[in-house]
Amino acid sequence: MSKIVAKTGNESMAEAMRQINPDVVAAYPITPSTEIVQIFSSYVADGLVDTEFLAVESEHSAMSACIGSAATGARTMTCTASQGLALMWEMLYIATGLRLPIVIAGVNRALSAPINIHCDHSDTMGIRDSGWIQIYSENAQEGYDNLIQAVKIAEECCLPAIVTTDGFIISHGMESMKLLEDKEVQDFIGDYKAPYTLINPQKPITVGALDFTDYYFEHRRSTAEAVLQAKDKIIKVSQEYSHLSQRKYELFEEYRLDDAQMAIVVLGSTAGTAKVVIDELRSKGIKAGLLKIRVYRPFPAEELAIVLSKIPAVAILDRADSLSTMGGPVFIDIKSALYNLEKRSKLINYIYGLGGRDTTLHHIREVYQDLQNILDTGKIAQSIKYLGVRE
Amino acid sequence: MKKLPNWKELPMGGLILEAGSAENYKTGGWRSIKPIHDKDKCINCLNCWIYCPDSSIIVEDGKVVGINYEFCKGCGICAHECPPKVAAISMVEERR
Repeated sequence: MSKIVAKTGNESMAEAMRQINPDVVAAYPITPSTEIVQIFSSYVADGLVDTEFLAVESEHSAMSACIGSAATGARTMTCTASQGLALMWEMLYIATGLRLPIVIAGVNRALSAPINIHCDHSDTMGIRDSGWIQIYSENAQEGYDNLIQAVKIAEECCLPAIVTTDGFIISHGMESMKLLEDKEVQDFIGDYKAPYTLINPQKPITVGALDFTDYYFEHRRSTAEAVLQAKDKIIKVSQEYSHLSQRKYELFEEYRLDDAQMAIVVLGSTAGTAKVVIDELRSKGIKAGLLKIRVYRPFPAEELAIVLSKIPAVAILDRADSLSTMGGPVFIDIKSALYNLEKRSKLINYIYGLGGRDTTLHHIREVYQDLQNILDTGKIAQSIKYLGVRE
Repeated sequence: MKKLPNWKELPMGGLILEAGSAENYKTGGWRSIKPIHDKDKCINCLNCWIYCPDSSIIVEDGKVVGINYEFCKGCGICAHECPPKVAAISMVEERR
């Protein structure tokens, strides 16, 4: 029987971590993810979990400690945001290269400068080529559900994974949600048996050896294959979890897309705002829909192309700018995913909500109005726009 | 030339599953200066053996009998740690 409770995003992720009961957590607090570490450390102090908790001196040390821990075969987690994730950057690539299934409970926050503590996706988008599996959440419920799934996904893929919620919007916003029983979570994730461990004297191994021109390329190729194979494993674990929780999880969510003439693609909490506008437009007979990306890495390119190719006008909303002059990262990825199709949709990009700027129903209506204009005229006036900035 | 394994044949994560395989990887070629051990001066205190970072001091029956040039990288720590009054190890330029 699942319990209905009132929790913030941070509380929901800390609760998931209590139920996961990882062997090791090494973490350094940073707004807006501080509470996850704080609440979890109280679980450790109160003896509610068996976790070895390491309070380290920086996020670089946190990820380094996680790598050492995971190399021994311990189920290992941490939490971070923004500058903390940026400080981990060097070690994130090492976690992937060593194929260690570390899981981060992440909270999205803008990157400096200027310094800002509020939500955008610049932090996690900055690690999009690190090989970490990335899962975005629309609300506290999804943050909780995704974090539990991420443990199993990471371990089955032998790849690290990060689950994120939107800073403050989800992390500090309280909502009603359903929890699984502790036993259900434990049965779902099962015992972790690492394929290799650094501390078995009967079977000694070397971790982190030097590769020269003769081996590095082969090792990178095999990691690329692991990421490629991860998608099917993510689908499988998500199906198992959907069955257990009675909440549906897929690579992405399609909302009223079947006959849609125009659609918004978005990640995270803004999907909820967009759904309200879609219902409003649908009641007026306007065929609007939404595609919410849940698994951003590995990128579900083929699956997205099949769905989006049927929709004539699509707006991709990015809560991060790539500063490449090519639009946001999600826009660039989707454009690339659709390029080889015979029939391509018209695509436009909006950079929105940077530094926690509110994205309201009004903004989303504006996007659908632009899409309607594209449908009417067949022309894109401006392909990259900044939504909600003072012009 | 030995055929190297392809990417599918390698253990994941760059792991090395065979213990002691460093022995198959000769690193003496990295050396630019070379330690020369003088048996007549040596008092067999074994400071060089203790400090060598690469197990390249060959010891038999408690006595230094030579240096393993297949692995010695010429760091000079052995010569530095040899007591100054003894000075049984001198570093000379490597000539190949």
